[in-house]
Amino acid sequence: MNISYRWLKSLVPTLEGSPRELAERLAMLGAPVDEVVDLGAEIGGVLIARVTEVRPHPNADKLRVCTVDAGTGEPLQVVCGAPNVEAGRLYPFAPVGATLPGGLQIKTARLRGEASEGMLCSARELGLGRDHAGLMTLAGEWAPGTSFRDALGLDDARLVVDVTPNRSELLSHVGIAREAAPGGRADVRLPDFPGGSAVSVDAKPAAENGEAAGVRLSIEDVDGCPRYLAAVIRGVRVAPSPEWLATRLRAVGLRPINNVVDSTNYVLHELGQPLHAFDLAKLAGPEIRVCRAAAGETFVTLDGVERTLEATDLMIADGERSVAIAGVMGGQNSEVGDGTTDVLLECALFDARSVRKTSRRLGLSTDASYRFERGVDPEGMPLALARVAALIVAVAGGAVVGAVDLNPRPFRRRVVELRPERVAKVLGVALPGAEIAALLDAIGFEVEDAGASPLRVSVPGYRPDVEGEIDLVEEVARRRGYDSFPEALGPFRPTEIPQDPSVAVERKVRDVFLRWGFLEARTAAFSPVAENAVPLLNPLSQEEGFLRTTLAPGLLRRVEHNFAHGVRDVRLFQVGTVFFPAADGGVPREELRLAAVFSGASRPPHWSGPAPALDTWDLKGLLDEVARLFPAGSVQPGGAWDLDAVTAEGERFALLSDGSVVGGGGAVDAKSIDAPAWAGTVYALEARLPERVPDVRGVKYAALPTFPASERDLALLVPDSVPSADVETAVRESAGALLEAVFPFDLYAGKGVPEGTRSVGFRLRFRAADRTVTDADVDQAADRVLRALEERHGVRRR
Amino acid sequence: MVEELIAQLRALEGEGREAVAGAGAAADVERLRVDLLGRKGRLTGVLRRLGELSAEEKPVVGAEANRVKGELSALLDERDAAFASAAASGGVPRVDLTLPGRARWRGGLHPVTQVVDEICEIFHDLGFARVRGPEVETAEYNFTRLNTPLDHPAADMHDTFYLQDGVVLRTHTSPAQARVMEMFQPPVRVVVPGVVYRRDPFDASHAPAFEQLEGLAVDEGITFADFKATISSFVRRFFGPGAKTRFRPSYFPFTEPSAEVDVSCRICGGTGCSACKGTGWMEIMGSGMVHPRVFENVGYDPERYTGFAFGMGPGRIAMQRYGIPDIRLLYENDVRFLEQLS
Ligand SMILES: [Zn+2]
Repeated sequence: MNISYRWLKSLVPTLEGSPRELAERLAMLGAPVDEVVDLGAEIGGVLIARVTEVRPHPNADKLRVCTVDAGTGEPLQVVCGAPNVEAGRLYPFAPVGATLPGGLQIKTARLRGEASEGMLCSARELGLGRDHAGLMTLAGEWAPGTSFRDALGLDDARLVVDVTPNRSELLSHVGIAREAAPGGRADVRLPDFPGGSAVSVDAKPAAENGEAAGVRLSIEDVDGCPRYLAAVIRGVRVAPSPEWLATRLRAVGLRPINNVVDSTNYVLHELGQPLHAFDLAKLAGPEIRVCRAAAGETFVTLDGVERTLEATDLMIADGERSVAIAGVMGGQNSEVGDGTTDVLLECALFDARSVRKTSRRLGLSTDASYRFERGVDPEGMPLALARVAALIVAVAGGAVVGAVDLNPRPFRRRVVELRPERVAKVLGVALPGAEIAALLDAIGFEVEDAGASPLRVSVPGYRPDVEGEIDLVEEVARRRGYDSFPEALGPFRPTEIPQDPSVAVERKVRDVFLRWGFLEARTAAFSPVAENAVPLLNPLSQEEGFLRTTLAPGLLRRVEHNFAHGVRDVRLFQVGTVFFPAADGGVPREELRLAAVFSGASRPPHWSGPAPALDTWDLKGLLDEVARLFPAGSVQPGGAWDLDAVTAEGERFALLSDGSVVGGGGAVDAKSIDAPAWAGTVYALEARLPERVPDVRGVKYAALPTFPASERDLALLVPDSVPSADVETAVRESAGALLEAVFPFDLYAGKGVPEGTRSVGFRLRFRAADRTVTDADVDQAADRVLRALEERHGVRRR
Repeated sequence: MVEELIAQLRALEGEGREAVAGAGAAADVERLRVDLLGRKGRLTGVLRRLGELSAEEKPVVGAEANRVKGELSALLDERDAAFASAAASGGVPRVDLTLPGRARWRGGLHPVTQVVDEICEIFHDLGFARVRGPEVETAEYNFTRLNTPLDHPAADMHDTFYLQDGVVLRTHTSPAQARVMEMFQPPVRVVVPGVVYRRDPFDASHAPAFEQLEGLAVDEGITFADFKATISSFVRRFFGPGAKTRFRPSYFPFTEPSAEVDVSCRICGGTGCSACKGTGWMEIMGSGMVHPRVFENVGYDPERYTGFAFGMGPGRIAMQRYGIPDIRLLYENDVRFLEQLS
């Protein structure tokens, strides 16, 4: 909502402080101001000057040479091309040094040989309208040299107020005035319009059907329109609005159109009541009916767009056709224009939900629909009609010849009970009934008896948001000022709601990846993939048409981003949600997952030598680490679970927990990532997030060994068909009870090793709990191992 | 067997070379000499197994052992001499210790996660447990149960992604309020961080998915004074002891009285700058006393219980804190960005 500071001040003479101070006060009352725009700043240097003499230009037919009194004591010579310049009159004058809207800087100039010290201005040159046929003429008396901006009241400020959806009454100057005035509503007045006075409209009360100055009116849908006031004004002269009215509208960001339309807009912004003027001559009958549209009906609104309507849309029709979409926008077929002499003014109350539905479906939000959706004051309607009638008569002439008030469902004020003890219970401060009553009274609530409990509070029509006791508690707190309430932390009982188990799991997962030098990423949950995925009904784009079913692809896109920026060492991980359609078509299922991607060197560069690239064994090591977070977790070569689609065959691992696959990883295949030639292999892994952290409560301490161990290295020739894991198993099974550990420490194939085999060095460590292991122990064990290997796998010593 | 022993000797030589090169002081050299070549050192350990070899094999391994021993002692002597001469001249040792050390990749948490953790930790100290709510919500929980009729303009405050009729991606973490209260009886004190979704295309200040953090406290006797004190306490701990808090009336359908919470601008200290649009304040959360109708909706007695709720955007707070000008930076996951802020 745009508020003009000057306009507001005309309603509240007691208003004090600068526009910025006002903005601050409004913020603390719940109506924050997004922006304060200084209006008229760019014409601050323009003065009012009198042209004292006009002579023809010696060298140009269309130019005149004027002598100008700009209040400086020295007459100035100014060359002017406007046809309407007349000696003796006042005009806006930009002296040398002033700037005009658009940045034009005025300098001493020579026009066809004649010196010109300044510029006499048209309205357009001052940013005050489109009229540039001639100089802007000023009706009124000012001393030459007076600031043009101050004289015309153009030194204004526009406050862009952010009105919350519950406070429809703040969508008007009167509403803001009531909040901002030091004394509340008592300080607010509605001054007479310049050149006019209050007009008596005298609307005849009626129910669904009525008549005004020969126009038949009827409400056919009382749910959609509980009240409809109309007035007929005959004899208007449609013309541009007077400057004061145009200035006000421009100050709130509206474009002046003509004096009748501008009047309806003015009162809308003053009182918050949407109004519409029909050209009476264009209404068939003449008749007005409030009814629903015919399904599929087309209708051209004032903006020239043809709209298709549905049977639920509320319309205004004359005797033959639709003439307005009720509460949204009028039609071209009944528009007020230059030839209009008689108008029918509509001041109606339309159902908020109905207007909202139509406005949203048509994608057409107007000043009127915006207010109807939020609620319009049913009690303020007669005043709004009288006000707009007075304004039209003042600025366009004519006379009110008839009016009617169709009010089939009269508004009754809501009475809400408010217990002062409830105020204390919520706000923590006991307030006397009299203080509560005074706070509420200032903004229009009426309290029957300030000494009673509960207080019976009658709610004004412009506060449809106040429905219950708590709404009044908020009003009391708001009007008293949130700052006025103490901050005091009372004792509290601890909650017994347990922390979500995933929090601890996520922390464990992060620990693993942080230790491995990974950076945490955050990616959005959208995906272009449609297979077995949950579609969005209203996605932002096709690439974001579904919810992801796996995390890794989103991370791979981030790897591509890094590659595109020349970053080749990338290690990212994420814990996030994936989504699957429910089997029964119900609410989609969510699953928490962890995922990581990496590529590049294993450590930052160092002068001592190149760092090896991260490879499959880093992937497997990381998977092993992740496996430790799962109950009975293990890693096996094989499929990469959900990553099969993006990883290369042959370099995949599955992550198992208790025998079932819960994750996987592998080297990303070339078609699944857009990588430059210089980039290294990219690896990815993904797994379900374990449900809870590994339970360490069952773990028991094992006594540390007291006797030394003895190691034996075996260089073995292993046939290519035998996996080293099988060799290891055979070693474990055959070495006997003294074997403490076995692991491969060396791998070699090639020269010196027979075709079809590879040389694997295994280190075996032996230890006894009660004595030192002897060479004989180790020799015997080694013999058993070598025999078993030979028998089972054809493995021999090298 | 021979290969095995020779391989061990070579490995010893390699490790020894590296260790000697890395020795930073004379004492390190001495320690290495004992470890590598001493009577109980690693070379002796290998030689001890010479006895297992045949007569022909012994000299092969013995020769290699002598070579390794010679190499390593020469290296050790050289290093010793270098330290000795450096000590004598008081100059820089021959090894240029101004060269950079050997680094490892440093991992780090996303700046938004860091902020979430920090907020949760502070509220943990104030007695709040950290819980989670679903990202796919029914319109019932996302709106209706929070006192927001779908056909009311208040629902416009959020532009919603729909999955099915009546099923949405949550537009705020607030539905977790209703879920927690339906599952547990007071006293309730929880914080709920999580991703929320709004149908806004990415631009400098909007993202279609971003982090939010909800808080809820419900019990008998909780008042506006508790609410203000709790939030102010959080603000001082999070933003610093000098940070001031301001509560402004606002509107959320599920709280009443509702408040926007501002914190004094951390950049200008409250005098007004471009970061705070000249106001001296930065908006950090929406909050208020829980609306009695929300209590009714979850089966709590609104006459007995009162409480407060709040919601904030850790992403926005991270942007303020680190001076990040564009929200998209948070989701590009550029390694250089993440490394800077971790
Ligand atoms: Zn600032």
